[in-house]
Amino acid sequence: MTDYEAVIGIETHVELMTDSKMFCGCPVIFGEAPNTTTCPVCLGLPGAMPVPNAEAMEGILKIGTALDCQVAEISYFHRKNYFYPDLPKNYQISQYDVPICHDGSIAIDVDGEPTQIGITRVHMEEDTGKSIHMGGGGRIHDAEYSLLDFNRSGVPLVEIVTEPDLRSAEQARAYGAELQRIVRTLGVSDARLEEGSMRFDANISVRPSGDPVLGTRAEIKNVNSLRSLQRAVAFEIDRQIELIESGGTVVQETRHWNEESGKTTSMRSKEESEDYRYFQEPDLVPIEVSAEWRDAVVAGLPELPAAQRARYQALGVDVRVAGVLVETEELGALFEDAMTAGGDPRLIGNWLSGEAVAWSRAESIAVGDSPLTAQHLVELAAMVGDSTLSASAAKQVLGGVLHGEGSPTEVAEARDLVQISDGGVIEAAVDEVLAAHPDAVEGIRGGDMKPIGFLVGQVMRATGGKADPKQVQQLIRDKTTG
Amino acid sequence: MSDPADLTIKAAGAAMRAGELTSVDLTEAVLERARITESHLHAFLTLDQAGAKAGAVAADAALAAGEDAGPLHGIPIALKDNMCTKGIETTASSQILSGWIPPYNATVVDRLDTAGAVIVGKTNLDEFAMGSSTENSAYGTTRNPWDTDTVPGGSSGGSAAAVAAGSALGAFGSDTGGSIRQPAALCGVVGMKPTYGLVSRYGLIAFASSLDQIGPFARSVDDAAVLLEAIAGFDIHDATSIRGDVPNIRGSLNSGVAGLKVGIVTELSTTGIDPEVRAAVDQTLAGLSDAGAEVVDVSLPSCEYGLSAYYLIAPAECSANLARFDGVRFGLRAGGATTEEMMAATRAEGFGPEVIRRILLGTYALSAGYYDAFYGQAQRVRTLIRRQFAAAYEDVDVLVAPTSPTTAFPIGERTADPIAMYYADVCTIPVNLTGDPAISVPVELDSKGLPIGFQVMAPALGEERLFQVAKAVEDIAGFTARASLATSEVVQP
Repeated sequence: MTDYEAVIGIETHVELMTDSKMFCGCPVIFGEAPNTTTCPVCLGLPGAMPVPNAEAMEGILKIGTALDCQVAEISYFHRKNYFYPDLPKNYQISQYDVPICHDGSIAIDVDGEPTQIGITRVHMEEDTGKSIHMGGGGRIHDAEYSLLDFNRSGVPLVEIVTEPDLRSAEQARAYGAELQRIVRTLGVSDARLEEGSMRFDANISVRPSGDPVLGTRAEIKNVNSLRSLQRAVAFEIDRQIELIESGGTVVQETRHWNEESGKTTSMRSKEESEDYRYFQEPDLVPIEVSAEWRDAVVAGLPELPAAQRARYQALGVDVRVAGVLVETEELGALFEDAMTAGGDPRLIGNWLSGEAVAWSRAESIAVGDSPLTAQHLVELAAMVGDSTLSASAAKQVLGGVLHGEGSPTEVAEARDLVQISDGGVIEAAVDEVLAAHPDAVEGIRGGDMKPIGFLVGQVMRATGGKADPKQVQQLIRDKTTG
Repeated sequence: MSDPADLTIKAAGAAMRAGELTSVDLTEAVLERARITESHLHAFLTLDQAGAKAGAVAADAALAAGEDAGPLHGIPIALKDNMCTKGIETTASSQILSGWIPPYNATVVDRLDTAGAVIVGKTNLDEFAMGSSTENSAYGTTRNPWDTDTVPGGSSGGSAAAVAAGSALGAFGSDTGGSIRQPAALCGVVGMKPTYGLVSRYGLIAFASSLDQIGPFARSVDDAAVLLEAIAGFDIHDATSIRGDVPNIRGSLNSGVAGLKVGIVTELSTTGIDPEVRAAVDQTLAGLSDAGAEVVDVSLPSCEYGLSAYYLIAPAECSANLARFDGVRFGLRAGGATTEEMMAATRAEGFGPEVIRRILLGTYALSAGYYDAFYGQAQRVRTLIRRQFAAAYEDVDVLVAPTSPTTAFPIGERTADPIAMYYADVCTIPVNLTGDPAISVPVELDSKGLPIGFQVMAPALGEERLFQVAKAVEDIAGFTARASLATSEVVQP
């Protein structure tokens, strides 16, 4: 059987959360009554004219520079012409042959395998209104009538297009997740897939591995979660391979992802694809980005997720833990504050990504809403550091702190978890255990080191877990082999 | 004093400030003139008698209270019906906008309000400003007040006719390929197209966005300058409006032409130009020469391609600009089983034949596979024309040409032949492509008693020099004739 390779490119639309819309002064707010945040411009009334929003241009420059793009000194707006009821002018102001940002890249990592995904272009456009189809099946073709809401019309929309560099559904998801993190870190959009402020379209084709010729591609629309993105791409790859294997051919078409059935279905053939008759928007002048403007944007960029992860790893934090800390803002914030206060990076990172996340899931309470503070984490790490607590006791203490039982010191005392610091007490416990297990002692003396772990466990049990296991082990070694 | 409706803005303003005339008197006189002439002319689509009278009363009260808004205070003005007026029906002479009442004012309308002007009504035009005779209006043809069997020119024919007839002291039109200057020439009034971007287009129902510009009609060069001053200047709502200082429009108005170099454009004044028009131009040139100007011939060969380039660029832009008229949100809505059918039926029913012709032309010119040969090529021609004009202005101060190849032509003569109609704009189109300002000044009557316009063109933002030369042309020509419908021989309906 032929081995196949998938070739995937992703187009992402991101709505920018600017104060006002792309080409008028209407506010960008969601959840308002239909058609209340509109004006002659975003309704496309006769005579109305667009005026570009500087804040949106700044937003796209941030995205472009964060994606390592080249920034065009001069770029242009074009009109993309097509008739659709929720597109008030029946053309969309977009960019065509000269986008504002181009030729960038984004690094992703799937199962420890890092890959660079090329970014073809990042361009500025305006969003459309929303059609709500009433009656029938809720789709335009069988609806009894449709309602239009133009509140979204004219919201700044950034389109980010990748090179066909992705090879798997997992990579597609990793790309989507990383892009979402970047956009959120930049603070230009809330990038919520389920609410449509971030939307993916995936172009997928398959070809025999090693074949330089690309296969015919299908485009999948209506993907509104990262999980759906992965599932939809995986389904489509399998569908195309099965089709080819069974003697069929892939047709160039747009396909709809159905979340319930877990399948893609044909929406329309590209043979009917429209000619958008792009031409330069005569109501707008070219976009000029001065070197000063670009430099100011670069200087104002926050630390990006990749750099943040690298910084945590350099502190000794595990790659997976670093990922979790960067992914979840509240964990990252606690971690950052704990580092500033001089806490141990490894211990604190592990606690946050491990125990704290597990507790949060079990209790359905965000870690940020728990009583846990950065100061608690630093205190707890110090207690492990000076052997006041064993590692396992520390985890129990952390649980107590999360439950609101008090500071680590208070919890440790209340739960009687403080390690025994009196050497005499521990030594007596060791002696008792050794006396009770002469076979094990004999074995060790004979060169079989395996029983040491067993004996340590016995001492820990005898001391109620409050002995320092390292100290116990050393004592057993000294007494059996010395 | 003669009928106030026949006064210039300057004279009316002086009379008002001397206490000899009120805005109410003036407005009543203008409305009375409209009452008499409209059945012959049909210059207006909407006469806002109540609004105008209220505006006049307010203007008089303000002036009495010492609040003088400037030279347009209390002056009755007409607006082409493609400029949005809040609360007043605005149709662009199209069925598709029948009954549409804009919820907002064009910037120009707001500025006129600030300047104290009284809006008397909305004037007829070729549908969506597409035409050269005002015969393409969905609401009937406007007639020329000099001879009602002839056209007033177009597309701003209603504004030109209103000013010529005395049913407004001044008016505004829009000029995409000559739509102010050509009807001004045919109606014997002054008509001026400003530098592209000097006047805000916000609220002007777009025909071809890269060419459209709003400008004034008046009975004198002085008045045209005053009207332009009231509306010129940067507007935050128009991204193509020019930031920075407005030219000193009246700065050199009475400085004469001694020492100036005037270039007569060969390509715009020879082939296809009516001999009587050419003779009037030559006579004016002789007068300019006598007044101390140096007159030279200037050849701008690319002008020959101007008409062709224009009839690709303008339709291409209009094909997108007019896409919004789809029956979904405003205006006419025809029936249809699906949204697409409803849109198609609305557009087929709502647009007239010339508009449909241009939308089809423009759609074709932008189509995949044809873009480069048509729209792309037209843009290259536009660049060439712009360069040739810029080079010419290295040597001359202004360029001149006839405004229209002929005087007013009979109604119906060219309606069956679009190309012949398009040719009416051959002399005016080049400066729309370059973005430069130009003005038409009436200089003479032909043997049929119809007016002839003389066109002056200047480099971008050269309005000061343009008005200086136009004023000299006006003085040299001494054109004082009035349209027959504006005189006492008016036949009562």
